[in-house]
Amino acid sequence: MSADKKPSIVSLFSIVLPVVVAAVFGVGIAGQLGYFEPQRSTAVADPPTVTVPAGPFEFRDYGEFYKNGFAVDGPMVRGKTSMALVVMKFQVTEGEYRRCVEAGKCPDVAAVHVHGDAYPVTGVSFDDAQAYARWLSTETGKVWNLPTHEQIAIAAATKFPDDALGLDPDSRNPALRWLADYDRETRRKAESDPVPKAIGHFGENDFGLADFAGNVWEWTTTCHRRVDLAGQWSSTLSTCGIYVTVGQHRSPMSSFVRDPKTGGCSVGAPPANLGFRLVRDDRWYADLLKRLRDRGIVS
Amino acid sequence: MSNQIQMTRRSILAGAAFAGAIAPLVTASVASANETIVEAKVTQADISTLERVKLELVKPPFVHAHSQKAEGGPKIYEVTLTIEEKKIVVDDAGTEVHAMTFDGSVPGPMIVVHQDDYVEVTLVNPDTNELQHNIDFHSATGGLGGGALTIVNPGEKAVMRFKATKSGVFVYHCAPPGMVPWHVTSGMNGAIMVLPRDGLKDAKGNELVYDRAYYVGEQDFYVPRDAEGNYKKYESNGEAYADVLEVMKTLTPSHIVFNGAVGALTGDNALKAKVGEKVLILHSQANRDTRPHLIGGHGDYVWATGKFVNPPDLDQETWFIPGGTAGAAFYTFHQPGIYAYVNHNLIEAFEKGAAAHFKVEGEWNNDLMTAIVTPNSH
Repeated sequence: MSADKKPSIVSLFSIVLPVVVAAVFGVGIAGQLGYFEPQRSTAVADPPTVTVPAGPFEFRDYGEFYKNGFAVDGPMVRGKTSMALVVMKFQVTEGEYRRCVEAGKCPDVAAVHVHGDAYPVTGVSFDDAQAYARWLSTETGKVWNLPTHEQIAIAAATKFPDDALGLDPDSRNPALRWLADYDRETRRKAESDPVPKAIGHFGENDFGLADFAGNVWEWTTTCHRRVDLAGQWSSTLSTCGIYVTVGQHRSPMSSFVRDPKTGGCSVGAPPANLGFRLVRDDRWYADLLKRLRDRGIVS
Repeated sequence: MSNQIQMTRRSILAGAAFAGAIAPLVTASVASANETIVEAKVTQADISTLERVKLELVKPPFVHAHSQKAEGGPKIYEVTLTIEEKKIVVDDAGTEVHAMTFDGSVPGPMIVVHQDDYVEVTLVNPDTNELQHNIDFHSATGGLGGGALTIVNPGEKAVMRFKATKSGVFVYHCAPPGMVPWHVTSGMNGAIMVLPRDGLKDAKGNELVYDRAYYVGEQDFYVPRDAEGNYKKYESNGEAYADVLEVMKTLTPSHIVFNGAVGALTGDNALKAKVGEKVLILHSQANRDTRPHLIGGHGDYVWATGKFVNPPDLDQETWFIPGGTAGAAFYTFHQPGIYAYVNHNLIEAFEKGAAAHFKVEGEWNNDLMTAIVTPNSH
C-alpha cells in the first residue's frame, strides 16, 4: 500500500450538488415571491411626485403623552434624514382611485363622497388606502406605500401641525386640559370648510407638496400610542388597528373608518374628510421587501 | 203644650252667642280647605288694578331675568310672540327644514312668571307668513289651552289672557285645526315656567335658589329623503307637507336636536357654569318622550314632569320627560371640565343630535375622583 495519501480532491459532485440544490432552492423562493409571474406592462403612469431632499427636520411628536398620570403635550422631535424622500405631489384623486375600483382591487367609495375626478378621494379607510397602494405598485412596477407619520411630517415641513396646548405640565387639574382641548377643537371646527376641493386648491409647501392640511386628513401607517413620560424612562404602548391620520391636526382613527363623525360624548372635532397620498420606496431592495411583506414573511 | 221652641229673647241671644263662638272655628276650617282659592279670587274689577309688566323675552338656551321669589302681589305679564315661518339648517350637512317658529327660534322663548300671575299673550301672525297658527299653553285652563281664542291667519293678531294657576314648567305649542302635529314638529313649541310665589323648595321646605337657568328645547324633525338616501330640499312649506307627513307617520325622526340644530349647544355655544354654581336646567319636548342625563353629573333635585307643588326627586341619574311635557333639574356642579347633557337614548344623542355640552371652570376635587393608575401597558 502506498503511504502517501492521495491529495484530497474535492469531488466535483460535492461542489455541484450543493450549488444545484441552492440554486433550485433560490429559484423556488423566487417563484414563491412572485418573480416569475408574467410582468404586466406598466399601463398606469406614475403619478406626479415631489422629492424631499435629505436634511434636518423637526415636528411635534404624535400620541398621548402622560406625566404623573396627567395628560401633557408631546415633545418636539428633531433629526436628520440621509436619504431623499419621494412623495406624491397630490393626494390620490377620485379618478386615480376609480381605476383601482374598476380593476376590482379596491372597494368603491360611497356616492356621498363623489365630487369629481380631479378631487382628492375621500371616504376611504386605511384598509382601502392599502389596497390602492398594492394595486398601484403592481401596475407601475414600483413600490408605493402609505407614509409613516415621520415621512409625512418631513414632507409637510412647515405645514405640519403643532398641536401642543402649552399648558403647565405639572398642573394637577385634569380639567384644564379638557377645557383647552375643547376650545381648540371648537376653533378648528369653525375654521374648517368640510366640502372637498379640487386638488391644488390649498396650495403648496416649500417642497411643492400640494394640499397638505387642507380639509383632508391623510392616513399613515403609524399606530396610535400612549407614552408615559414619568420616571427614568418612558414607556410606550402602541395600539395598532388605530392609525394616526394627519391634516390640520393629528387624529387617531380605527383602520376601518371611512367617515369620521362626532357624537354626544366625543367632544373633539373629527377630521372633515379621510384621504391619503403615497410615498415611493426607491431603495434597491424595496421590491424584495414588499414581496416579503405582502406574503407575510416579514412585517 | 206645644213642642215649639220657646223663642224668648234669652234663647235668641244665647243662640247668637253660640253662633258667634263657633263661627271663627267654622270659617277657619273652611278657609284652610280652600285657602288658595279664597285668597286668589280676584274680581274683574280687581284685575284692572294689577300691576302690568312687559316681558322682554330672550333667545334660548337663555332665560330672561326674573326674581325667583315673587315681589309683591299677582301681576299681569304682557308677552308678545311673533310667528316666523323660516327655512333653517339643522345639521352640518346643510339639511333644511321649513320651520315654524315663535319669535324666530326653535324652541320658542322661555317665559317666566309666578303662580297666580296673569299672562296676557299677544300672538302676531305677520302677513309674510303663509299659514294659520295659534297657541296652546299647557299652563292655561280652558279653550284648548288658549288655542280656541288665538287662531290667527297671516296679517292677523290676537290677545288672550290666562291665569297661571299651577306652578311648574309647561310646554306651549301651536295647534291649528287639522295641522297640529305638523306645526309642532316644525319647531313651533316652547315653554313657560310658573314659579311658586316663594320660590323653589325641596320636600323639607328648604329653599332651592339657582344661580343660573338654562332652557333646552328638544325637537324631533322629520326630513324626507330621496331614492338615494339624501335629504330632500323644498321651495316651501306647502311643497314639503305631503312628504313630511309620510315621514312623520313612520314615527321615526330624522333628527332629534337641542335648540334647533345638531350641535347648537356645543363649541362656542356650549352652556357655561362654574364649580359651586347651582344651575336649573329646564327641558321641554313637545311631542316625544326623552330622558335627560348629565354625563359626569346628576339631577340633585328633579321635577321630571315639571310641577313644583310635588316634592322633587333627589339624586337622579337620568329622568323621564314624557312627550308633551317640560321638566326641571337643579344641580350644583362639583367638578370642572366638559359635561355632555344628553337624551340618554344614546342613538338619539350621538346619531340624531340630542346632545349639549357644559363647560365648567374651577378647581378639581381629587376626593370625588382621582386616577390611581392611569392607563398603561401591563
